[in-house]
Amino acid sequence: MNDMTKPSSLPQHTPTQRHARRLPLFDPALVKPAIVDSFRKLSPRAQLRNPVMFVVWIGSVLTTLLGVQALTGQGEAPAGFILGIAAWLWFTVLFANFAEALAEGRGKAQAAALRGSRRNVVAKKLAEARHDAEVEVIDSARLKKGDLVLIEAGDTVPADAEVLDGVASVDESAITGESAPVIRESGGDFSAITGGTRVLSDWLVARVTANPGEAFLDRMIAMVEGAKRKKTPNEIALTILLVALTLIFLMACATLLPFSLYSVKAAGGGSPVSITVLVALLVCLIPTTIGGLLSAIGVAGMSRMMQANVIATSGRAVEAAGDVDVLLLDKTGTITLGNRQASAFLPAPGVMEQELADVAQLASLSDETPEGRSIVVLAKERFGLRGRELHDAHFIPFTAQTRMSGVNIPTPAGAVREIRKGAAEAVKAHVEALGGQWAAAVNDAVEQVSRRGGTPLVVAEGRRVMGVVELKDIVKGGIKERFAELRAMGIKTVMITGDNRLTAAAIAAEAGVDDFLAEARPEDKLKLIRDTQAEGKLVAMTGDGTNDAPALAQADVAVAMNSGTQAAKEAGNMVDLDSNPTKLIEIVETGKQMLMTRGALTTFSVANDVAKYFAIIPAAFAATYPQLKVLDVMRLNSPDSAILSAVIFNALIIIVLIPLALKGVKYRALGAGALLRRNLLLYGLGGLIVPFVGIKLIDVVLGVLGLA
Amino acid sequence: MNASPFWQLGLYLAVLLALAWPLGRYLAHVLDGRLSSRYAWLGRFERGVCRLIGSDPNEDMPWWRYATAILLFNIAGVIAVYAVQRLQGGLPLNPSGMTAVEAGSAFNTAVSFVTNTNWQGYAGETTMSYLTQMLVLTVQNFLSAATALAVVIALIRGFVRRSAAGLGNAWLDLGRATGYVLLPLSLLFALFLVGQGVIQNFSAYRDVKLVEPITYQQQKTDARGQPLVDAAGKPVMETVKTDKQTLAMGPVASQEAIKMLGVNGGGFFNANSAHPFENPTPLSNFAQMLSIFLIPAALCFMFGRLVGDLRQGVALLAAMTLIFIAMFAVVQWSEMHANPLLTQLGVDGSAGNMEGKETRFGIVASTLFATITTAASCGAVNAMHDSLLPLGGLVPMWLMQLGEVVFGGVGSGLYGMLVFAMLAVFLAGLMIGRTPEYLGKKIEAYEMKMVSIAILITPLLVLGGTAVAVLSKAGLAGVFNPAAHGFSEVLYAFSSAANNNGSAFAGLSVNTPFYNILLGLAMWLGRFVPIVAVLAIAGNLARKPRLAVSAGTMPTHGPLFVVLLVGAVIIVGALTYIPALALGPVVEQLQLFGH
Repeated sequence: MNDMTKPSSLPQHTPTQRHARRLPLFDPALVKPAIVDSFRKLSPRAQLRNPVMFVVWIGSVLTTLLGVQALTGQGEAPAGFILGIAAWLWFTVLFANFAEALAEGRGKAQAAALRGSRRNVVAKKLAEARHDAEVEVIDSARLKKGDLVLIEAGDTVPADAEVLDGVASVDESAITGESAPVIRESGGDFSAITGGTRVLSDWLVARVTANPGEAFLDRMIAMVEGAKRKKTPNEIALTILLVALTLIFLMACATLLPFSLYSVKAAGGGSPVSITVLVALLVCLIPTTIGGLLSAIGVAGMSRMMQANVIATSGRAVEAAGDVDVLLLDKTGTITLGNRQASAFLPAPGVMEQELADVAQLASLSDETPEGRSIVVLAKERFGLRGRELHDAHFIPFTAQTRMSGVNIPTPAGAVREIRKGAAEAVKAHVEALGGQWAAAVNDAVEQVSRRGGTPLVVAEGRRVMGVVELKDIVKGGIKERFAELRAMGIKTVMITGDNRLTAAAIAAEAGVDDFLAEARPEDKLKLIRDTQAEGKLVAMTGDGTNDAPALAQADVAVAMNSGTQAAKEAGNMVDLDSNPTKLIEIVETGKQMLMTRGALTTFSVANDVAKYFAIIPAAFAATYPQLKVLDVMRLNSPDSAILSAVIFNALIIIVLIPLALKGVKYRALGAGALLRRNLLLYGLGGLIVPFVGIKLIDVVLGVLGLA
Repeated sequence: MNASPFWQLGLYLAVLLALAWPLGRYLAHVLDGRLSSRYAWLGRFERGVCRLIGSDPNEDMPWWRYATAILLFNIAGVIAVYAVQRLQGGLPLNPSGMTAVEAGSAFNTAVSFVTNTNWQGYAGETTMSYLTQMLVLTVQNFLSAATALAVVIALIRGFVRRSAAGLGNAWLDLGRATGYVLLPLSLLFALFLVGQGVIQNFSAYRDVKLVEPITYQQQKTDARGQPLVDAAGKPVMETVKTDKQTLAMGPVASQEAIKMLGVNGGGFFNANSAHPFENPTPLSNFAQMLSIFLIPAALCFMFGRLVGDLRQGVALLAAMTLIFIAMFAVVQWSEMHANPLLTQLGVDGSAGNMEGKETRFGIVASTLFATITTAASCGAVNAMHDSLLPLGGLVPMWLMQLGEVVFGGVGSGLYGMLVFAMLAVFLAGLMIGRTPEYLGKKIEAYEMKMVSIAILITPLLVLGGTAVAVLSKAGLAGVFNPAAHGFSEVLYAFSSAANNNGSAFAGLSVNTPFYNILLGLAMWLGRFVPIVAVLAIAGNLARKPRLAVSAGTMPTHGPLFVVLLVGAVIIVGALTYIPALALGPVVEQLQLFGH
């Protein structure tokens, strides 16, 4: 029960900040620069990054040249037709560029919003690590790693720093969106302060931990901004597949020229297929839809994380989140509300319940933890006992060694009432050391409480055991349903708690987790992760303390709370600015969404090809083998119109799918089989049918406009 | 055999599964060394043989060592087959006095038999001595099948092993495949065939007196054997009357058994399984069809057993069977129609398209054989595929173009299908939002690269080769049939060679230096590029840990996966070949039937 009196500073997250950063999809402020960028990205160097679109780019250049040649009167087809094809090929490239530019623009806008909180401020540089040392006032940009600073009430924290002295309440809303202030003090898990946050009360002496521009968040934001975006492993694998598909179609189209030459000779009529038509066929067949949107999907995945106030160090981490098999969740703050509340007084034999309540309240008056406060409140509710002013009382704070807290009150008689409360074993040892008796009934009560999932807190006065206060964990509303969803997704949840087995089992049952690790020490956590990984599973966890760092480093997906220590943040591969451990579930979903979007669009892209064959093959060989007209199931206006319609459809579908690429395919908590069936129907079958309709419509429009 | 086509198909599949099931069990025991670890003497024997050839039996070869061993073994095979063909004139067992095979043809045949293609640019009874047939061609029938068995075993080890460096000992695998599987099965099957009337002798060719003399016309030849033409360039014909026929003899049964079981398909005679000495009775025909699919089907069961989940193997088998049934239905439907060009000439078309088919077998046994032999990479034929109607001819061609994964070759069918399974799993994995995994192994960039190479190489060879052929004079010289059918013949030849099938649209004359060399290259690359890629995948998979299965893992054993796998095979095949097929069989069919 070492976490019993841990300061409960886990903020209750509020979603207000998040909405502020959500921009409309086609926000004019983003669209305009994106359009400019789409043209800038036409440079061959930019295109080389994306092999599929590079092929389209070459096709555009080639058809443009053929069109120019046709204008001079010696083209292979009418100049209007060739230039029409060329124009739409250029649009295809531009649309893909636009999708990428738009995604990047959104990412940048989000990063800028984060950076906004990191303006330069005035820093009070200290000569020595003392509160009253000499102060030099400088610009925060000039602070270096290792500098000592004083931050007083009302000051903005000038840089990421480690508290050396002092205790202060800090408003971290600029970073976390959380309005309730948190306590920062030296030593332990709450000593890290982040630049841009504001000290509300008291003062802190801190040592700067990062040079300007290199602060942890700076680095993370830089990464998210896309400039340093590396392709994720699955993205690389998918790119290989797309290149392979492109090569297949390149062969299929390139060999069509000799085949066509032979056919013309064999059939004794018609003309061989033109280069323009072959390029059009090639561009329609290669997976331009996914090829054009692939990088936008990756960028958008990272921004979606940011929208959820999570900064991921790499796309790889986001992607890995989708693969997670086991979630390790801290009980406190994730599964249960951060605090336990007193729910009953169970007096020892020979003690009145009210007497116990009174003593327990006395012991808790100075205890500012939610647990302590709840004892005071319960005593008041049950017996009308009010908080009293205690003069001359000496409060005994909780320490890890004694695992007890309490109060020493001098009585008018000159004696001292030594009241203690704490874990059963600690109090038992304390009482027995004083020569007191440990009644069997107390043991029963302790066990009873544990079995119910509560935490027994034993209260003693001197060597007399007064009884047990039952602290109950309050399981968060709706958490059970979330776990059921995770189970359906094939993800196992494991609750980590310092509680004993009985308590842990009861809460685990109530919350509906699959497994739990009780009486967990940091090394137990690490071992659990290693063992789980050895079974071939991927593990995700959240953590905030320095002692979580090894486990965070070992886990495949490690989300550090922004409220946590620097060590924890460095060890993890994501930082949750809201410090909301339940966010892990959202992260997993975002990771899955990113992969699903890629898979869905690839399937859609490939399925599209069937219709395009039906449009282009009969058109391309209409002159040589008129019999192939039977395959023109869409009954298109003319061969030229058929080819142009297919190319236009191929370009427009990119624009149509940009919202899907940026928002991601909707994730549903279904088993793998059901999810696959659903997506296959939607994107596979849909991808088969949509282009038939689309190409026909475009053909009709072209006919109406008199272009066909 | 006039039974309804689907009764015959049903019977065929039922007997096939009944035989493949126990064989799969047997294969799982012998191929991965379970048997030799159970019986100590067998293990000692294996290790002894291994040391004899200078290999350390305990060596666990990394993938590239394994691949090198396989490649060297097969290069040695090519040299041996080439040498014996060239030297056969001076070697024993040559009662009919065959002379050295021409160099281009010998090269083509050597590659052809080593790559399990058994493409035959020659006619066996007029080219090869008995020694050549037995010592190199038959032996290579065994060894090429053993090669693919070793590769598939290595790939399965890649899936099964966790964080392992090696794939096993290639020599040991080759030996086990030959000694425990191919030899005993072939012995049994050869005896059965002899019982049905397949010949097995070393006699010289026999002249027999015809019951009725026969008169026919043939082109006159000059003293040097060159065909004569008159001043107008027309062939000079002469009328010949004969009452004699020469019957080719030879050790046929011993070669016939492995030709089918090893899914090789190279006939002893030019007429292949349409020849009565190779395939005398309806029962032998049925047994031959069974023997083509027997080991490929059993391998699926073996795969399931070795990976510890029989359903995984059954799913692959189901996918293969589904495609096979659908394809058979199309061929059967097509061949039930009469050829309109023949009915115009007054030929009775009520029996369907009988051109090029044996009356002994009829339509159903011929279409079933044609579908089986091209679904599997066998290439043995009991009817002439060139005479199938366009749509009926499209199916065998397309079955080869699918990559010979519908049952496919011994071993190569399974590893080919597993490559497609990885492709299907990759797309499906993305669609459910997880890094794709198959049998607990993550399918990542490296695997996708190798999968791409394995899948890309054959279209490159087929389409590229066909393009070269129809562009070049030497290529066009072999095309006898006009128009779209001529194109189909060239396309068929390259599809057959690059996918290691070996059957042909015989209207194309391929025993020319151009085709011998180009097709030889296509066969070699179409065989060994995928093998190296598959072994590279196996090596990389073996190094990975095996992930646990959860509800979030995509199941790869249910109907959904079967549909997905079928879809992957069909879509890749369709997208690659639709344009080419449109200019060949599709337009032919429309010209013939569309009005």
